[in-house]
Amino acid sequence: MGNNKEITFAEAIKIGIIEEMKKNQYVFLMGEDIHINVWSVTRGLLEEFGPKRVKCMPISENGFCAAAVGAAATGTKPIVELMYADFMLVAADAICNQAAKLRYMSGNQYNCPVTYRIAGSGMGAGAGAHHSQSLEALPMHFPGLKIVYPSSPYDAKGLIKSAINDEDPVLFFEHKLLYARKGIVPEDEYFIPIGKGEIKREGKDVTLVSYGHMLNVCMEISEEIYSEKGIDIEIYDPRSLRPFDYDTLYKSIEKTGKLIIVEEDTKIGGVGAEIAAKVAEDKIFLLETAIRRIASEEVPIPTGKYGHSFVSPDKKRIIEEIEQVC
Amino acid sequence: MEDNKIIVKSVKAAYEDQQYGYEDIAKEFGKEKLTKILINMVKTRYVDQEIDQLIKEGTPITQHSTYGQEGSQVVAASILEQEDYIVPNHRGWGWAIGKGLDLKKFFAEIMYKETGYCKGKGGPHLASKEHNLFLRVGIQGSYAGLAAGIGLSIQMRDTKDVCMCIFGDGSSNAGYIHEGMNIASANKLPILFFCENNQYALFTHCEKTTAVKDLGLRAIGYGMPGYIVDGMDAFAVMKVFSDSVHMARSGKGPILIETKTYRFSGHTEHDRFCYGGYRSKKEVDEWKKRDPIKFYIEKIKELHVLTEKEIIDIQDNIKLEIKEAVEYARSSKLPNRENFVTGAYLDL
Repeated sequence: MGNNKEITFAEAIKIGIIEEMKKNQYVFLMGEDIHINVWSVTRGLLEEFGPKRVKCMPISENGFCAAAVGAAATGTKPIVELMYADFMLVAADAICNQAAKLRYMSGNQYNCPVTYRIAGSGMGAGAGAHHSQSLEALPMHFPGLKIVYPSSPYDAKGLIKSAINDEDPVLFFEHKLLYARKGIVPEDEYFIPIGKGEIKREGKDVTLVSYGHMLNVCMEISEEIYSEKGIDIEIYDPRSLRPFDYDTLYKSIEKTGKLIIVEEDTKIGGVGAEIAAKVAEDKIFLLETAIRRIASEEVPIPTGKYGHSFVSPDKKRIIEEIEQVC
Repeated sequence: MEDNKIIVKSVKAAYEDQQYGYEDIAKEFGKEKLTKILINMVKTRYVDQEIDQLIKEGTPITQHSTYGQEGSQVVAASILEQEDYIVPNHRGWGWAIGKGLDLKKFFAEIMYKETGYCKGKGGPHLASKEHNLFLRVGIQGSYAGLAAGIGLSIQMRDTKDVCMCIFGDGSSNAGYIHEGMNIASANKLPILFFCENNQYALFTHCEKTTAVKDLGLRAIGYGMPGYIVDGMDAFAVMKVFSDSVHMARSGKGPILIETKTYRFSGHTEHDRFCYGGYRSKKEVDEWKKRDPIKFYIEKIKELHVLTEKEIIDIQDNIKLEIKEAVEYARSSKLPNRENFVTGAYLDL
């Protein structure tokens, strides 16, 4: 048995990438500024793997995300970094029109085993409406794409390795507030299967679904709300948004009869909207009360940290809403 | 006070004419290659005519014909080896036929049959992995981004293949083309950027939308060699592409080639304005006098590459091949529901 080590979320992704790059010489990195790297995830990999496998790309998000499709379809496995989730909109054609559809349109002749790291997602740095969005609901709309969103260093390492090994395009979302977050990660190799969620806290009163940074916020308040109000929350982290592990969620709702979804994205057309609709379609008879979604206000994200707390769900608001449901 | 002078560099494009003789090119390529090019050009013309006939009979096919551009597109594709890649564009079938696709599976696919290359899911969005023919995607300009990636893959796998990226004058203005060409040149990728300038993007002449007349000129901005060549003359096209393939294969980086050509027909079979609408009948008729296939046949007869009899035999054989291919496609089944509702993922 190997050792466990406490490392950051950014280090966990890096270790996962290194393991896969060592195994397969055709796994390579591409993205803007990946030699120095603003998120430090790929820092040092140029020295380890050389410029042939750590490719600095120009500010041409659509161009290099499409290049990743061409490369993935012809025998290599690119790992692409989009520096901010917002830049995904610039690369929407490459990801949603090209990567997502290649296998289907070509009648299974070509496939596209690319990993898009949607880095720097979400609020928290005060970076404004063009550097802070939660855009994970958007690619969920495209059959052909897989979407994962880890909330811990452990999940990040296991999921990045599964993403790299997947035969279809995977979008790996990284919340910017998670990079420095520490957690215990085994040194031994392990994978977390895409499409498998996990109950992160067991409880009996209400099922709360969240992911990424918000999942951790909910975990933090769960003990407080239990000791102060006696509400015992069960917290479910789907980890993958598409495919989504509904079986584990349904088992939880069967137990609690209540569902709250907490997300940093806006509500309309969001991840919570999809989960709520699906649960209502399949299992409405399990619910004792209406489904509650807690999300950001329907405005672009203000610049500066001060404004964020008015827009994004904060601890106070989440606690209030949970109390209303329970 | 010489030191105080301001120096501003004036940048001017320099054109340099290169001259070749038909006989020299014929000698360089030899009978076998010249015949292959003739076969592919004629085959493309007959395939277009057959598709038009099928459409008239009510067969649902989306047709963006090659008429007039055979000397450009078919010839360029015919220069490549089986392992070389093509990222094809929206116009014509010359890249498919030049790359040597099986006409049976070709017709089956454009008629949406289960025996087609893409199991009837692609139709005109054709692909053939066994020929390293990438999917004919539907977003204009995306070709260059995709091709840059194929170039990166070739470089990483260290093979000697090249990738041909085809686009028209219309899509030459897409940001994708700029991004892809820059990535390719910055990384010295083995790509031939092939701009087929047929002068019309749908119903719009490129003069209305495009700042420069010679799109090949743009090569300067990407630090790559550029060529502007008469796309109605197969000899000129084969020479330029053959030399460029050689250059790209030897690791010297990408090349931009613009062929000046003309779309004899409309954008699709529904285009009612192509002959006297957005362009004059006189203009179309003038270009039709320069039919690339007629010109090529005259030249190879003049150069004694093939006799009249040999050419007629070639034409007859192609007609037979097309007839058999269409019969195969007609008798093939349409795919079942299962085929359409699965296949977005490996396992779903």
